[in-house]
Amino acid sequence: MAEKPLAADGLSPQQLLDLYRKMVIIRRADQEALNLQRQGELGLWGQFLGQEATQVGATVAMESTDWIVPSYREFGMAMCRGIDPGEMLGYFRGLTHGPWDPRRYRFLPFTISVATQVPHAVGFAMGCRLDGSREVVLCVFGDGATSEGDWHEAMNFAGVFQAPVVFLCQNNQWAISVPLRRQTAGSIAERAQGYGFAGVRIDGNDVLAVFSAVRSAADRARRGEGPSLIEAVTYRMGAHTSADDPTRYRLDSDLAPWSSRDPIETYAAWLRSQALLDEGQADSIDAEAEGMAEAMRGKLRRLPLPSPAASLFDRVYHDPPASFLKEREEFEATLEPVE
Amino acid sequence: MSAVTLGKAITQGLRDALAADAKVLVFGEDVGRLGGVFRITDGLQRDFGEDRVFDTPLAESAIIGIAVGLALRGFRAVPEIQFDGFIYPAFEQIVSHVAKYENRSGLPLPITIRVPFGGNIGAIEHHSESPEAYFAHTAGLKVVAPARPSDAYGLLRTAIAGDDPVIFFEPKARYYLKEEMDLPVPPLPLGRARVAREGTAVTVVAYGPMVETALRAAEAAAEEGTSVEVIDLRSLAPLDVETLVTSVRKTHRAVVVHEAPVFCGFGAEVAARLSHDAFDSLEAPVIRLGGLNVPYPPSRFEKLYLPDADRILQAVDESVAYG
Repeated sequence: MAEKPLAADGLSPQQLLDLYRKMVIIRRADQEALNLQRQGELGLWGQFLGQEATQVGATVAMESTDWIVPSYREFGMAMCRGIDPGEMLGYFRGLTHGPWDPRRYRFLPFTISVATQVPHAVGFAMGCRLDGSREVVLCVFGDGATSEGDWHEAMNFAGVFQAPVVFLCQNNQWAISVPLRRQTAGSIAERAQGYGFAGVRIDGNDVLAVFSAVRSAADRARRGEGPSLIEAVTYRMGAHTSADDPTRYRLDSDLAPWSSRDPIETYAAWLRSQALLDEGQADSIDAEAEGMAEAMRGKLRRLPLPSPAASLFDRVYHDPPASFLKEREEFEATLEPVE
Repeated sequence: MSAVTLGKAITQGLRDALAADAKVLVFGEDVGRLGGVFRITDGLQRDFGEDRVFDTPLAESAIIGIAVGLALRGFRAVPEIQFDGFIYPAFEQIVSHVAKYENRSGLPLPITIRVPFGGNIGAIEHHSESPEAYFAHTAGLKVVAPARPSDAYGLLRTAIAGDDPVIFFEPKARYYLKEEMDLPVPPLPLGRARVAREGTAVTVVAYGPMVETALRAAEAAAEEGTSVEVIDLRSLAPLDVETLVTSVRKTHRAVVVHEAPVFCGFGAEVAARLSHDAFDSLEAPVIRLGGLNVPYPPSRFEKLYLPDADRILQAVDESVAYG
């Protein structure tokens, strides 16, 4: 047993270990953010527990010059791109709609309106192609998004314009309380055929399968061979968000088969079988994750409350009209002077 | 000087914008080979190529959605929505993203959405609407509606060269309206109304297709001895309140007219601003004129639905008779 899978080809032992490290760290961040929400430090948290393999495998498969267009559950992907998790939590604390510079990290803002980011990704990819660039766009969404009209329109445009985009569906099988069977009677992956490009369904809990599928789709896009759709089947082990109560619509027994397919535990077992992970390394990664969580918590609590006038008014227009600047002044005049 | 139609002025504006900046892209339904259903993009694909002037699939939400992506990539997107009544599928993209993306990203969003709007063309359903108030109500958008060829050219060049999204409403019933001019005219800043006709007794505020109607009404009023001043707003957001107030301080009376229904129409904003900022100067309530509060009617009835010169004159008389 424990045969080395094909997908691991081309990845060094260090890279294989790093996939594990990243999954452990983002899971720890996810847990810490949930704790912070329960402690009243965040207004809301959307867990991605169980989806670590998809988020890490896909992000690592893209080149650093590629772009990622997320929905709102891709906090782990953003961390893999180097965005500071404590700063990012400012979004969920209600401090800002945009806590990072999208150009610096090549990671566009979270999109709350389901599926509306998919046409943005296609337009961006069309622009990459017009620029003659080799950059590729990774567009991420959930299974619920595939029911939206924007999703269909964007898929269709991507096929027509041969946009260099990789569509990654994190099929976590739940859209809040609605299970996959109520989203679609058919296959998500097979829909790609109707748009004139390839679609593939993979095990989203297998980090190497995700890496391999996303890497080959990105390579195809880079070669000018157009878009691909990857349906990564995973499971939302937590609630939709901290405001949700999944006990109203699913049973503990629904989770059981997926608990035994935990993406981190299964990958760790394989790494150990290959002598790529020992207890010392695992402990050291756990300690690193603990340090990250502490730093994230500290950073969040130290985030300053930005100036109200700047927060409300400064990023509405690039070239603000005089009447708008006057409104800003009037607003500022209504504020209590800072002690 | 030569006579240039409003449609040709817009075509020339697009052409000059494409020539001035290689990042400008024009796209939408039928804008390429056909040159648009109103021929506004005529010849542009031939001269600038299929990468820069292109037909899209028939999907308004994605047309605006890819405009957002292209703008984030560094292009200046100039999508066309073929008719006013077909903008609604794109409403979410416009309100949730075109208007708000800068707010969450800090990035410029150079998108100019061209929309032929308004009625009076004898069309079937969905081809004669005036949806401007929806967009003027949305922070983050700039909304313009020129009435004459030189302004259409000047505003279009400014809109495309700017870094904010602009909804550019073209009065389709006036595409053949002519003006003696030499193109190019200088770019025109957004947010500046103009006095289209000077007068002393009543101010009539209009924009887009209703400016021409208001000017005809003013001409008729002059023959009857009433001096009407006509203000062409040109830009709804930002709104040039100063020009409105200056006019009303002189005339003490105002009528605001548009094709859109009166209830919650843009005229409500004009009336409210004048009532607040020029309250002491007003000698009559600001009168609002517009379409009826019904769906845009079958074309046989549109003349009854739309304000015309007679209805404007009645409103002028009502204003003058007041107090």
